[in-house]
Amino acid sequence: MARRARKERPIQGAPTARDFRGDVSPDWCAGCGDFGVLNALQSAYAKLGRGNHDHLTVSGIGCSSNLPGYIRTYGMHTLHGRALAVATGAKFANHELNVVVTGGDGDGYGIGGNHFIHTMRKNIDLLYIVMNNETYGLTVGQASPTTIVGEQTKSTPFGNLETPLNPVAMAIVAGATYVARAYSSDGPKLAELMYNGMQHKGFAFIDVISPCVTWKGGARVIFDYWKERVQYLEDHDTSDRSAALEQAVKTGHETQLGLFYHDTSRQSLNDMEPVLENGPIAHQPLGISKEQGDAIIEKMM
Amino acid sequence: MAKYDFAIAVGGAPGQGIETAGKSISQIFARYGLNVFTYTAYQSLIRGGHSFLTIRISSEPIANHGDKIDLIIALDRDSVEKHLPHVSPGGALIYNSDDVKQEPERDDIQLCPISYKELTNDPDRKRLMLNVCASSVALQLVGVDLSMLEDIIIRAFLKRKGQAVVDANVAAAQASYNYAAEHFTPFDVQFEKQDPPLAFGSGNMLMAMGGAAAGVKFYAAYPMSPSTGVLHWMAPNARDLGIIVRQCEDEISVVNMVIGAAHAGCRAMCATSGGGFALMSEAIGSAGMMEIPIVVVNVQRGGPSTGLPTKTEQGDLWQVLGASQGDFPKIIVSPTSIMDGFNTIPELFNLVDKFQCPGMVLTDLSLAEGHTTFLPDSINWQPKIDRGELITEPGQTNGEYLRYQITDSGISPRAIPGTPGHMHVVATDDHDEDGGLISDEFTNPHKRRDIMEKRQRKMEGITELLPPPTLEGPEDAEVTLIGWGSTHGVISEAVQLLTEAGIAANHIHFKWLYPMDEDAVNEVLSKSAHAIIVECNYTGQFARFLRGETGFKADGHIRKYDGEPFMPHHVADGTRELLNSKTDLYVPYQEIVV
Repeated sequence: MARRARKERPIQGAPTARDFRGDVSPDWCAGCGDFGVLNALQSAYAKLGRGNHDHLTVSGIGCSSNLPGYIRTYGMHTLHGRALAVATGAKFANHELNVVVTGGDGDGYGIGGNHFIHTMRKNIDLLYIVMNNETYGLTVGQASPTTIVGEQTKSTPFGNLETPLNPVAMAIVAGATYVARAYSSDGPKLAELMYNGMQHKGFAFIDVISPCVTWKGGARVIFDYWKERVQYLEDHDTSDRSAALEQAVKTGHETQLGLFYHDTSRQSLNDMEPVLENGPIAHQPLGISKEQGDAIIEKMM
Repeated sequence: MAKYDFAIAVGGAPGQGIETAGKSISQIFARYGLNVFTYTAYQSLIRGGHSFLTIRISSEPIANHGDKIDLIIALDRDSVEKHLPHVSPGGALIYNSDDVKQEPERDDIQLCPISYKELTNDPDRKRLMLNVCASSVALQLVGVDLSMLEDIIIRAFLKRKGQAVVDANVAAAQASYNYAAEHFTPFDVQFEKQDPPLAFGSGNMLMAMGGAAAGVKFYAAYPMSPSTGVLHWMAPNARDLGIIVRQCEDEISVVNMVIGAAHAGCRAMCATSGGGFALMSEAIGSAGMMEIPIVVVNVQRGGPSTGLPTKTEQGDLWQVLGASQGDFPKIIVSPTSIMDGFNTIPELFNLVDKFQCPGMVLTDLSLAEGHTTFLPDSINWQPKIDRGELITEPGQTNGEYLRYQITDSGISPRAIPGTPGHMHVVATDDHDEDGGLISDEFTNPHKRRDIMEKRQRKMEGITELLPPPTLEGPEDAEVTLIGWGSTHGVISEAVQLLTEAGIAANHIHFKWLYPMDEDAVNEVLSKSAHAIIVECNYTGQFARFLRGETGFKADGHIRKYDGEPFMPHHVADGTRELLNSKTDLYVPYQEIVV
């Protein structure tokens, strides 16, 4: 693993994707779909036009969760499955930060499933990017919550019996207000969905098909598999929740990509919180005044 | 006024207004400027079951619910049957004669039957005012002016229920008060108003207030008895005080949100009980690894598992000591009184901010749900706040920032996200000075050793700052009682009882549990006489911990694990028994069963 000393590299002029390149080179397998996600995220950050220090990239554990180390923003590489909870706390502490959560399908839909549902319901202003490769890569290839029925893996040598979870449909139902699916090989479209997701005021979720080249029969097999299946939604009204759900639960050979649902009517949880009106709580003076204290004691008399 | 020590108890079914009656009576005594301590024995039910609330009033400062009950207010028949034996000789029992046809059999106490039907105009017969009637009788018996209760009735009902309800309650109170004056004999103890009036609150409230004073800006919780009182204080006060309060889907989310908020620059805190704390364990280790300061409160209840949701125990010491895998710096503190709970929170925040590690408060139901009176001026709303080495502005470092810089103290200056020029990644994987993962770098053993030693060096600094326990009482005592956390008040009083009975005793009490300074603690323990460790669990968790840290072996043990807190005589009787017999373990018998 190549590593350079972590030195300040102030952004000169308008930021470019290069300004968001981290000090550490990714240790992902050559050809991994996650490279496409990383590049797209660097472009999306650059397009937003803010400094590196204005972003916080939070991940859990797994191959894809190593991402914050490869990007030049503030980062947190938290526990397996807990990134959304940590990110929620960080966003409440400083809502001026652009907080992006990245991770994999095992991390987000398996061990972190409870937080996934409830963070969407809360509609806090985060962008959540899941690199969905339908496998547990780092633990060398077991079935994940999105592994298809019948697939043989290290933990399902006789074929997977369990129905995979449908993250896009779940997100629409659970209360996410920006729901998309993307494909790691289409960088420009992915970066655009990410950029729009960052701009969205509320919980934005992108399920990214990010193929694993190691545990899915090799690069050629898995990319060929997806290439002929993915297709973008056409003539779809993204403000129509029922239509979005109908598209999300569609079965068949094809997998739909693009923005399924976008609700701009609901306020984000942090926008509804009057305590944040005076600016980030992390910047507020600590403690309470004598008058506030006296008022509390008065109620106890 | 002469010395007095008096206890009133209220028994009944949940939903009968026991808490309201108890709170009203306690508040009246608080306004009278008298020392009060209350404890409620209750069950994990919303309706049905049985509750028993003890209000102790004393001329001396008190920190437990005492040994005896002088006056019982029985709001239902069940309470009469259950608690008749618990009234001290010379005491009194107030009960509703509409319910209890057969007179209770005790000739050494005063029976005070009142007829709800006759004292109230309550066409619905719902008996909603029975607690008011009985409280009024109790107040009359101890010489308290009824206007105090009327004030409280107005405050409680006027806004929510209107004038008609207030009028009905005040009329019922007056009728009952007058009835008592005509029919019952007042106690010798007649309370007089003193100055100044006192405030009244619970351990949970005071810990929450301590958090607000310490500058907590983010509080998260999942409801869990007996810690919910902290949430119930934080939630209504949040907007006035600029605190974000979140209820989460589980305790895992709670502690991880707290970690996120703390990393982004807030003082952040959460409270739970043993089961919730178990769910938090992994994340507490992550705060140790990422070096993020957080405060987690564990209000212990009876375990194991779901255990006794509404009963007390000191059974989580080893859980908290061992929470999360691996070695990491941490601080464990156990407040010694309700008021100490207030002070402990800012003290702990200063330490965890300085040393960038998790801090855990280990208390239990007896303190957290116990209520006490206190002098309003005794609350220090502006405690010292020291956030340690924090980087919040650009230019504090010259071009290169190492989040986990290796230093002599082990403390590395901490940059808050959003600060220009200090980008870094904090990781739960072990990492190098710059935050880069070393677990992926073929696990470099030298870097691992350096970073592990850096983190653990912080423990030396913490140990130096934590005060060791002191020996309270005479040095040349015959017996030394050793306790930790919530039992300080009850052990102190047991020492007094023993001293009065001619047994010279002293007391060593532990507040700061971990890290423990072996030499300093041994210095204090070396002054102990026949040493008895008093704790509220089965296996002697503290005795084993103390022995492990210091090699100290106690001569005897008093342990209670039936769910109810110690009463002073339990400890005093146990001490006498252990001094006079060859056994080394005494388990007190709980007389009052609810």
